[in-house]
Amino acid sequence: MTTKKLGLVIDLDTCVGCHACAVACKEWNGASALSGPLSDYEPYGKEPSGVWFNRIRHYETGTYPQNKTINVPMSCMHCEDADCVTVCPTGASYKREDGIVLVDQDKCMGCNLCAWACPYGARELDESSGTMKKCTLCADRIENELLPPEDRQPACVLACPTHARHFGDLGDPESGVSKLVAEREGFGMLPELGYKPVNRYLSPRSAPQVPLARSAAPAPSLSERIAGWVNKLVER
Amino acid sequence: MPPAAAAGKAGTTRIEHTTCYMCACRCGIKVTLEDGALRFIQGTASHPVNQGVLCAKGSAGIMKQHSAAKLRQPLKRKPGTERGAGEFVPISWDEALDTLTARLANIRSTDPKKLAFFTGRDQMQALTGLWAQQFGTPNWAAHGGFCSVNMAAAGLYSIGYSFWEFGAPDWDRAKYFVLWGVAEDHASNPIKIGLDKLKRNGAKFVSVNPVRTGYSAIADEWLPVRPGTDGLLALAIVHVLLSRRLVDEEFLIRYTNAPWLVVQSPGKKGDGLFVRDAAGAPLVYDQKAGALASGMDIGTAPALFGEYETPDGRRAKTVMSLAVERYMDERYSPAAVAAQCGVDAATIERIALEMAHVAFQETIELPIEWTDVYGRKHDKVIGRPVAMYAMRGISAHSNGFQTCRALHLIQMLLGALEGPGNFRARAPFPKPIPPAILPENDAAVMNAPDTPLGRPPLGFPARPEDLAIDKEGRPLRIDKAYSWESPIAAHGAMHNVIANAVAGDPYKIDTLMLYMANMAWNSSMNTAGTQDMLRAKDKSGEYKIPFIVVSDAFHSETVNFADLVLPDTTYLERHDAISLLDRPISEPDAVADSIRHPILPLDRDVRPWQEVLIELASRLRFPAFVATDGKRKFSGYPDFIVNYERAPGVGFLAGWRGADGNSPLRGAPNPKQWDAYIANKSFFAHHWKDNQKYMRFVNRDYQEAAVAAAFIGKVEPIVMQIYSEPLQKFRLAGQGLYEGPCPSEAEDKQRLADFFDPLPDWYLPLETSRIETDAYPFSAITQRPMMMYHSWDSQNAWLRQILAQNFLYMNTRSAARLGLADFDWVWVESHAGKVRCQLKTMEGVEESTVWTWNAIGKQAGAWGLDKDATEATHGFLLNHLISESLPKTAGERRLTNSDPITGQAAWFDVRVKVTKSAEAGAWPVFAPIARLPGDDAPRPEVIRWG
Repeated sequence: MTTKKLGLVIDLDTCVGCHACAVACKEWNGASALSGPLSDYEPYGKEPSGVWFNRIRHYETGTYPQNKTINVPMSCMHCEDADCVTVCPTGASYKREDGIVLVDQDKCMGCNLCAWACPYGARELDESSGTMKKCTLCADRIENELLPPEDRQPACVLACPTHARHFGDLGDPESGVSKLVAEREGFGMLPELGYKPVNRYLSPRSAPQVPLARSAAPAPSLSERIAGWVNKLVER
Repeated sequence: MPPAAAAGKAGTTRIEHTTCYMCACRCGIKVTLEDGALRFIQGTASHPVNQGVLCAKGSAGIMKQHSAAKLRQPLKRKPGTERGAGEFVPISWDEALDTLTARLANIRSTDPKKLAFFTGRDQMQALTGLWAQQFGTPNWAAHGGFCSVNMAAAGLYSIGYSFWEFGAPDWDRAKYFVLWGVAEDHASNPIKIGLDKLKRNGAKFVSVNPVRTGYSAIADEWLPVRPGTDGLLALAIVHVLLSRRLVDEEFLIRYTNAPWLVVQSPGKKGDGLFVRDAAGAPLVYDQKAGALASGMDIGTAPALFGEYETPDGRRAKTVMSLAVERYMDERYSPAAVAAQCGVDAATIERIALEMAHVAFQETIELPIEWTDVYGRKHDKVIGRPVAMYAMRGISAHSNGFQTCRALHLIQMLLGALEGPGNFRARAPFPKPIPPAILPENDAAVMNAPDTPLGRPPLGFPARPEDLAIDKEGRPLRIDKAYSWESPIAAHGAMHNVIANAVAGDPYKIDTLMLYMANMAWNSSMNTAGTQDMLRAKDKSGEYKIPFIVVSDAFHSETVNFADLVLPDTTYLERHDAISLLDRPISEPDAVADSIRHPILPLDRDVRPWQEVLIELASRLRFPAFVATDGKRKFSGYPDFIVNYERAPGVGFLAGWRGADGNSPLRGAPNPKQWDAYIANKSFFAHHWKDNQKYMRFVNRDYQEAAVAAAFIGKVEPIVMQIYSEPLQKFRLAGQGLYEGPCPSEAEDKQRLADFFDPLPDWYLPLETSRIETDAYPFSAITQRPMMMYHSWDSQNAWLRQILAQNFLYMNTRSAARLGLADFDWVWVESHAGKVRCQLKTMEGVEESTVWTWNAIGKQAGAWGLDKDATEATHGFLLNHLISESLPKTAGERRLTNSDPITGQAAWFDVRVKVTKSAEAGAWPVFAPIARLPGDDAPRPEVIRWG
């Protein structure tokens, strides 16, 4: 018997950094009874900011012109050894049997210890509620029998226009996400820190190698090149 | 965990399907409402455009609905105050409509062209165009003149469909994909869905773009081309293909005009035109008969190459002979163009050879039986699976039309059009080349009081006689579209309207009516100058544009300059038809259209612009809108959409036609059509059978259906045009060799002679050719980010958290050479103006290019934002640097800064220098815009949504 490890697989080969996942997440979870609302500060003012579960970071590797841009969505990794849970003084942070790390908003006192413990920057303090907010893997979607079965997915996964996000049980080697990770050699972020993140990232694929069309080298002069063209009998 | 959260509360939840409005993709959305309030917007899984996914803009639709910038009631400029001062008084709809009706009735009964009606990012051009035609003014267009006309025109004059809206790559079967100059916002979800498919299938994805963000970030290979040189790069690829004889000769002979004979009589009338028979058919040399024959006949074996004698003793060469002589010349070799376009010669050659390999060695054959327009049966379709797509970085240059034609030339040479794995057409395209719609150009009709135009305001000129000019050759349209200055301005030239109207060049107007067009800000070149023009008065103290009407849903910068403000609804509060008569949402495998319907009740005194147009049309008694007894025909927009027929059985919506709803595509009006759409998730899709999906330019199975649906007039071969005879006719006019109208002014003669090459060619962007390029070493370009589109996303409380300040991005090495570092404030200066902004460096930008996000900068107080919003204090527009006119040379008249062929605004041509600024803060600074009367929208310090 395997332990359930629900999580996300994110394909860095196709993530174009469009923020669709982040906004869909904000939209669903902002009005979710589980951990919403997600406060927005100065929404029409000087420096707008707010609470998000998922933020997209953009990096460049290499130097011009051999550079590449990588877009990396970052949210809770639902770590197996989640220090954020261990350090929580009130028991608000907890890990469910299915692996989802959650914050009980009624128990959280907003002390920030968990945010400091999280190396992924995945937790954000809601200054209005005074409580910690974080990705719930849309726990109120994935098991919500009032939603049609095809919608029982995290909002970010449903929205992703490049299908770069996948949800499933990474503890089950036969699951779609586990097979995808195996096939693409998916990796966890910062494994050296020892928290055993569940979410997996897929590296950019290597570029396909396309052979060159076989053809004779062009003649050196324009007139020879023109002379090389002769009419064929092709019927209309 | 808590029980099922919000979306599941039984009894209070309502699901509605409608259509997104956040960009031109028009995705299907599934909207969950709880107790009547918006809860969640997601993609409609079965929708042909987005297939269930949704971008950031679409998901943020909730915050657009909650925008503090929503207009709330009709307004008029406060009597006694100056235009642009932003002082308004609320008025009733009765007063607003009475005022406007009286003014329009007077214009219509005296000089109809004194109404200029221009629309921005709207999705109802079929209605607004009909309205303008019925009014009788030629002065109508949407924003295509500064957006995409180079793509549309180049495609429709070359292959019968086009990049951007009238075609799409075959994402499922392409094995090699080249994306040319596509900014992050065009097109949103279909490209993203497609790129994922390509990558899953192991196809190679090459991006040609000076900037590596967005789609280019995930490209397998990035070619950082210099702005404005894509055409050179494309023609170097053509050089390689031709020099190595890697072309599809059968495709060229059967489906293009490559074998057609072109008269060679330089300096004489008729030079460069096709040799034609008495019936007008173009001639080829038939190798079987050893004689000239009609190029439209089958059974011949046309010579692709050679020089032949015409029946009247002139010399003539095949198009293909002209092409190989042109493009195999050394000046188009990779080595010759590499330095100028910034891509090294070996790479250009390799890309060409990779494309040729995939086209010819990885050919797809599908066992699909189809019949061609000649009645011949085929047992398969052949695909040369190279696909291309192109948009902004091609279109927004003054050489964009020719550059786009060069891209189509590559496709034609490879035989990579409309087959499996290719760039394929979206119904109602392909159409004859060019489409057989001519713009109204009869001055007497335009001047006739109370009379509709006989033709639409916009169309596709095929020869100088089709221009909209008077006997002296002066423009008949306020934007000078279809004049010698921009003959093939198929989308009009909205960017010229304000400057021309204020200059009275070619004439003065009375009323400027703008819908959803932010012409006082990010949609104009020379923004500050444009605001001054809108305020400009003549000697008598009258405004040079006497009356300005603005309809918008939100408080844009342009609303501030209105004399009359007509507040529109949001997309969730009204009916809309996304019509095949307009900008289609079809996909290659299905013809499709869709609707919006109100899912939220109105809570403000606003009206849908569509309803206002129907009301005005009825009050003004437009013939199409009133019965013979003078009574209005349509009770309102929904009634109009159901019952208006452009031709028998052809209306705005193609689905569920016929009295009983059983006639798709064409049939009598169906009184329950709206209900049928709503019951079907607000879209209609008619899927083509396999034998109708490919080669539609010669596919009888498809064309018979297309004729029945009135997409095209008749079943006939649509022959792709490598060599464009319409362009040659205009060139002959410039040379004084055309047997018909010729221009009299030197500027026009020179432009026609120089730029109207009938074969795709490249020339230096016009601004670049007129300035000291050493003094302005950088090209400056813009793009919209994926989570924003046009100007109106900064009002969105979520999206502006992602991006509220735009930086000027410069290559790290280029910045180091100039001693510039991240977050430095810099002056960016062009020949036309300067701005101050903050710099960031990156690797992913070509070294002689700088770029920024478009339309982030806001005028303080606009869009419902506080006056000290980051967008106003730190954001900036590049528009200030771009002139609406070209830098003048001595003795020359004022010329538009546009593509000389299509009139497309050339806003990517601008060149700049960048220097460090001692002071911080965005510059120029504009006076803040005041709140509108009645604006009691809450702007809390904290929103706790939900």
